[in-house]
Amino acid sequence: YKSRQDEDDGTEMADGTDEWTQGKTLIKPPDQLDLSEAELKEEFTRILTANNPHAPHNIVRYSFKERSYKPISNVDQLAVHLVLDGNLLHQDSDEACRQRARQGLEKVLRVVLWQVFGEGVAEEFGAEERPDSAESKSTRREQKLTNQFNFSERASQTLNNPLRQRECQTEPPPRANFSATANQWEIYDAYVEELQKQERNKEKHKAQSMKKEEEKSRKKTAVVETQSDDITNVGRAAKIMERMVNQNAFDDIAQDFKYFEDASDEFREQEGTLLPLWRFQYDKAKRLTVTALCWNPKYKDLFAVGLGSYDFSKQGHGMLIFYSLKNSTFPEYIYPTLSGILCLDIHSSLSYLVAVGFYDGSVAVYNLKEEDDEATYRSTAKSGKHTDPVWQVKWQKDDMDNNHCFFSVSSDGRVASWTLVKNELLFTDITKLSVGGATVERSEEARHLTMACGTSFDFHKKIDYLFLVGTEEGKIHKCSKAYSSQFLETYDAHNMAVEAVRWNPFHPKVFISCSSDWTVKIWDHTVRSPMFTFDLNCAVGDVVWSPYSSAVFAAVTIDGKVHVFDLTVNKYEPICHQLVAAKKTKLTHIEFNPVHPIIIVGDDHGFVTSLKLSPNLRKKPKEKKGQELPKGPEVEVAKMEKLLNLLREPDNS
Amino acid sequence: MAETAESKKEEADYKRVHSFPLIRHTDMPEEMRVETMELCVTACEKFATNNESAAKMIKESMDKKFGSSWHVVIGEGFGFEITHEVKNLLYMFFGGSLAVCVWKCS
Repeated sequence: YKSRQDEDDGTEMADGTDEWTQGKTLIKPPDQLDLSEAELKEEFTRILTANNPHAPHNIVRYSFKERSYKPISNVDQLAVHLVLDGNLLHQDSDEACRQRARQGLEKVLRVVLWQVFGEGVAEEFGAEERPDSAESKSTRREQKLTNQFNFSERASQTLNNPLRQRECQTEPPPRANFSATANQWEIYDAYVEELQKQERNKEKHKAQSMKKEEEKSRKKTAVVETQSDDITNVGRAAKIMERMVNQNAFDDIAQDFKYFEDASDEFREQEGTLLPLWRFQYDKAKRLTVTALCWNPKYKDLFAVGLGSYDFSKQGHGMLIFYSLKNSTFPEYIYPTLSGILCLDIHSSLSYLVAVGFYDGSVAVYNLKEEDDEATYRSTAKSGKHTDPVWQVKWQKDDMDNNHCFFSVSSDGRVASWTLVKNELLFTDITKLSVGGATVERSEEARHLTMACGTSFDFHKKIDYLFLVGTEEGKIHKCSKAYSSQFLETYDAHNMAVEAVRWNPFHPKVFISCSSDWTVKIWDHTVRSPMFTFDLNCAVGDVVWSPYSSAVFAAVTIDGKVHVFDLTVNKYEPICHQLVAAKKTKLTHIEFNPVHPIIIVGDDHGFVTSLKLSPNLRKKPKEKKGQELPKGPEVEVAKMEKLLNLLREPDNS
Repeated sequence: MAETAESKKEEADYKRVHSFPLIRHTDMPEEMRVETMELCVTACEKFATNNESAAKMIKESMDKKFGSSWHVVIGEGFGFEITHEVKNLLYMFFGGSLAVCVWKCS
């Protein structure tokens, strides 16, 4: 009852005022301490400080840095009695902003979804947000924030270049091994050697200083030489280049020359063909006629061409040209001459000496080794040059003094021998050709009138002193070097001038002659009448024996044809006659190459054409079964003999 | 007496005469060769008694000037077989009795 009263006191104020005035009666709770009056009056002072009585006074912490316990100066006095988390946010804080944003978006989203997707979706979203919907309505006036749900991210990935790995290892600098020994004696030796070398150099210098004066005069030439050395080096390289280019350009011709054999010859029984190969021409020689051809005996691909003119009225300059088969576009050597060349011959052993006979009657010798293009020797009016064109020159064996000498025959009726003595040409008349044999008694005038004109001659291969001369009247004289005025024999060969006379290279008795009277005749020099006669229907310019067979020869005619005869095959007709040159081109000369199966033919336009002989034209005699075939010139001689015997027998009989 | 005097003279002579730097074998380019030779002569003259210091000086200068790494041998009696980078070898005599071999090989 007492406790109830206390409570009532507390709560009922209005009623309590009445009770206050009644007076207080202290009520003791049952568990109150029983204290005496004195104890009750005792004053207890209580000081209120901010210090937390429960907080410790000293806290000591271990400091690792000083490796000891250190007291902490400030002890935390704060005592937390009650902590209660509230859910108020500051309106500017992040979370508040985010919440506001969310509320705003929800409103917008509801509107958009309603528009885009219709009620259903909006209802869905609406279901989640229903508790907020009341709030969202109230905040609709707020600014529309970007709709996070309608926000479409656009992203694209640029092309990342594919990664590549590249490694590289540089070459290490090159290394080399080296070994040596370093001893006292090695060192000593090296020094001694060095000193010796130095001494030698000193001597050289001394010697050189003395020579310097001499050399000063030679300085100029030395300078020129060094300059020309450069050019010659280039020249050599250029020459090789030229050859290469030519080989490439004329590759098929070169292949033909070497390897082509006309297969159709097997089907043609006895006939053969001539395959045209290179064509040699030189610009400046265009208006000149090829008047002489000669193969070089040493270099089988080199041949000489003499150019001039047969026309009496049109006499101009001439040229001596050397061509090589390796270069058909440009000559190797060119020597221009004042007068037209009519004949030339290359020395058989010294292939750089060339004897040339001119239209103006002089002869000259060219030395190919020399740089300039002047003749080394030249005959002049004083030194006995001919008064008429020189038609043929031929080298002879060196005479007893080892001087070179050659013979020449000319229209003035003289056969002269020229000897190269030091710097001069000395001449001696060998024979004077006259009509009707030797005539010593006749007067000078008469002799002049009856001089025959020699047009060609040839020396016997074996019998040195024997030679043949063909004349303009058509006679052939057999002469000897020993007898100057008498002929050994005279043959009434042709009706017109004898163009060429040649001994057979194998048979010692046989020679051939050709003439402008359309005929080619083969003779035995012991018999006065010809063995064989061939009519070629056109003036024959030149005839030549082949070097590989005693019964094969070739002739060229003015109508541009080449005729090849093989007497073992066909005694009456050529086994090949072929038009080689263009229309209206006269062929003037022909020569067989001593080694290769080709012939060169010169014409009156200054061209030289080379032709390859087909296999039929170079047939060797067939082997008889069981018999060994003797090779060599004897065979050829035997061949010829057989042919001649055939002729002789009917004669004899 | 005369002979010994003469021989002594000769010795002295040869030492004097043979003391110029003599290149025995090299494949260095001209400039490099001249520089290296002069450096070797300087080093040998400076450290006439101490081959090691001379070699050290040469090696360090060569490293600085021409790149690492160089090797130097100085002595009076030795044989050797080395692998060197091409165009980086110098083998020379100096002072009548010293042989110096300098080469680069990394």
